[in-house]
Amino acid sequence: MTDTTTRPSASGETEYVPQDGKLLEVEDLHVEFHTADGVAKAINGVSFDLHQGESLAILGESGSGKSVTAQAIMGILDMPPAVIPGGHIRYCGQDLLTMPEEQRRKTRGPEVSMIFQDALSALNPVFPVGWQIAEMFRIHRDMNKSDALEQAVRLMERVQIPGAKDRVKAYPHQFSGGMRQRIMIAVAIALDPAVLIADEPTTALDVTVQAQIMSLLEELQEERQMGLILITHDLGVVADVADRIAVMYAGRLVEKADVHDLYASPAHPYTRGLLESIPRLDQKGQTLAAIGGLPPNLMRIPDGCAFNPRCRMAQDRCRTEVPELREVAPGRLSACHFAEEVIDA
Amino acid sequence: MPEVVLSAQDLVKHYPIKKGVLRRTVGHVKAVDGVSFDLHKGETLGIVGESGCGKSTLGRLLMRLEEPTAGSVSFEGQDFSGASARDTRRLRRNIQIVFQDPYTSLNPRMTVGDIVGEPFEIHTDVVPKGGRRKRVQELLDLVGLNPEHINRYPHQFSGGQRQRIGIARGIALNPRVLICDEPVSALDVSVQAQVVNLMEKLQDELGLAYVFIAHDLSVVRHISDRVGVMYLGRMAELGEEDEIYARPTHPYTQALLSAVPVPDPTLRGKREQIVLEGDVPSPANPPSGCRFHTRCWKVQDRCREVEPELELREDGAGRHMSACHFAEPRVIVETTDVSDQKHDDRFASSDVEDLSDAGAGMGSEGGGETTDSPDASVAARAEAMDGDRHVGEDPVRISEDPSEGERPR
Repeated sequence: MTDTTTRPSASGETEYVPQDGKLLEVEDLHVEFHTADGVAKAINGVSFDLHQGESLAILGESGSGKSVTAQAIMGILDMPPAVIPGGHIRYCGQDLLTMPEEQRRKTRGPEVSMIFQDALSALNPVFPVGWQIAEMFRIHRDMNKSDALEQAVRLMERVQIPGAKDRVKAYPHQFSGGMRQRIMIAVAIALDPAVLIADEPTTALDVTVQAQIMSLLEELQEERQMGLILITHDLGVVADVADRIAVMYAGRLVEKADVHDLYASPAHPYTRGLLESIPRLDQKGQTLAAIGGLPPNLMRIPDGCAFNPRCRMAQDRCRTEVPELREVAPGRLSACHFAEEVIDA
Repeated sequence: MPEVVLSAQDLVKHYPIKKGVLRRTVGHVKAVDGVSFDLHKGETLGIVGESGCGKSTLGRLLMRLEEPTAGSVSFEGQDFSGASARDTRRLRRNIQIVFQDPYTSLNPRMTVGDIVGEPFEIHTDVVPKGGRRKRVQELLDLVGLNPEHINRYPHQFSGGQRQRIGIARGIALNPRVLICDEPVSALDVSVQAQVVNLMEKLQDELGLAYVFIAHDLSVVRHISDRVGVMYLGRMAELGEEDEIYARPTHPYTQALLSAVPVPDPTLRGKREQIVLEGDVPSPANPPSGCRFHTRCWKVQDRCREVEPELELREDGAGRHMSACHFAEPRVIVETTDVSDQKHDDRFASSDVEDLSDAGAGMGSEGGGETTDSPDASVAARAEAMDGDRHVGEDPVRISEDPSEGERPR
């Protein structure tokens, strides 16, 4: 993967060309947070890749490291306290982690872009929304003010904000939660990125608005053939949009599978437990089963499989030997010593 | 049908909007605008709706944390609204509340023992002074916490554990009604199931009636016997859980149900989705007639002029109350009955014990072994609690009446 296909484009900028459709490749990523209380190991060897037009969902509960993964790819971790002791994040073959900061900055927006959970705090409250969308064009494309603003209006129309022309000068607080989320999406897709990372994009929204935003995201992805990384804890949203799912627990990937396989027969006890613990709208008389306990403290991750204290299948081996993420069935990876048993259950 | 414990009649809460130096009232936010319902003994009434529909204000009105602008709440036939401060306090013993945010609803400077025991400071006749600490420990045990943790502070507990503390405080006075305002919304899914199971168990054992306020329609379906759907301060539809979810008649309920994602990828693209246009109108200036008419696809002139009452509608063939002139049942979610399905308990269990210490690195190490039959000891405690209703007697006396305390699970 080192023989990169980088070549200077007409404008002298680096041009990124995906290899065999592969946009992003995360390999053995580690992230630690050095705090006064000790070292929190937020990510402990995560590997996955993302192809053009693909939707990959990263699923996990709070503290599983899903957002930190996103921030590491975007390069927006606060360092310190965060430290990346190892791993690679390659975008079209180029390692983002070793790239000079100036070059990396130029990838944020045109190549890799991100939308956040809370639009109200992600947008700047003292500038009009149109100005904030137009900023992308002014800074990355050297556009003049009026042209950039025109582009902003066009984008606001694309994300279906009614009366875009009149609202381009309005401030974030003058919009509803759903509309603000649309504006953030407009900022993120402004420069036609190849990879869009959506970190819990609908968690703060009501269900009817959530449905609108998710269908907008799907539409945009289809239209622009973006690679989408959807970070969420919501098993319902994932079932509706993802092609592949990576399940995270305590900073590791515990399962990776096609969406249909994962829901039909999960290959890790944690995934299985999660699926049994959610109430479903289309079922009555359901008994909810809960996974006992809590995810581990990241400063004291248990030896062996991190899930072992909560796992009802745990054997002695699970307490000492870290299970590798291995192929347990065609196209299916699981990090459980007894994955075959779980799949068949 | 069992007796009515709590009844709301035409509850209204308007908040004034003040402007200018003189703080003149320029309008009102109509948070709750005419809501009536009955809550029966031991049942769960789910209240669903999107943000701003007035469901939390309704909860506060039921507790009388807010004074209603109009209308009344009565507990076992006794009107709450005109009551004196002293009577209100006595009545409030029977109605308690659990809040959404387990991080802000517990005082960080008080120990768990003080938090759970505080109701006894106000209602001094419930448990004699000497028995309080013991009683708090029983309550902690009842909600699945380690009674030895009585001297810990809230920050030493996880979110799920804190919600258990909130529940312990809520049931301390043996209330008849527990108002739960988004009790599981702040919790992770795996922890959410633990708390939901705990609430169901407590209801069975203590005969509590719940008003369960939440925005998550799946959780509400799971826990509720009856469900009320709110929109802009009014009840759009009210009925048995199965009626509302399997045969919704109000267009808003239909749209809401169709928007909920179902964790089953085989249904992708097969589910009918009703996408609503626009946003919820401002409650300061709600639309005339039916409040939903601005976003409804069935709208007629009548909807803009006449406000529909929440009532049984024969023409809609509905067996439950609906506030739509053109109520008509429509199947949105295909329901499967899974009551005979068993869990594979190798992966998850329906136990209600708190297992937060397991692997969490919080609290005492290694204290998280799975307890397989916690029910026996807990049931005994529940009986003891029922016995407590006889004020002034030994708080751990076990009731002699076999019908009390022992309810089929």
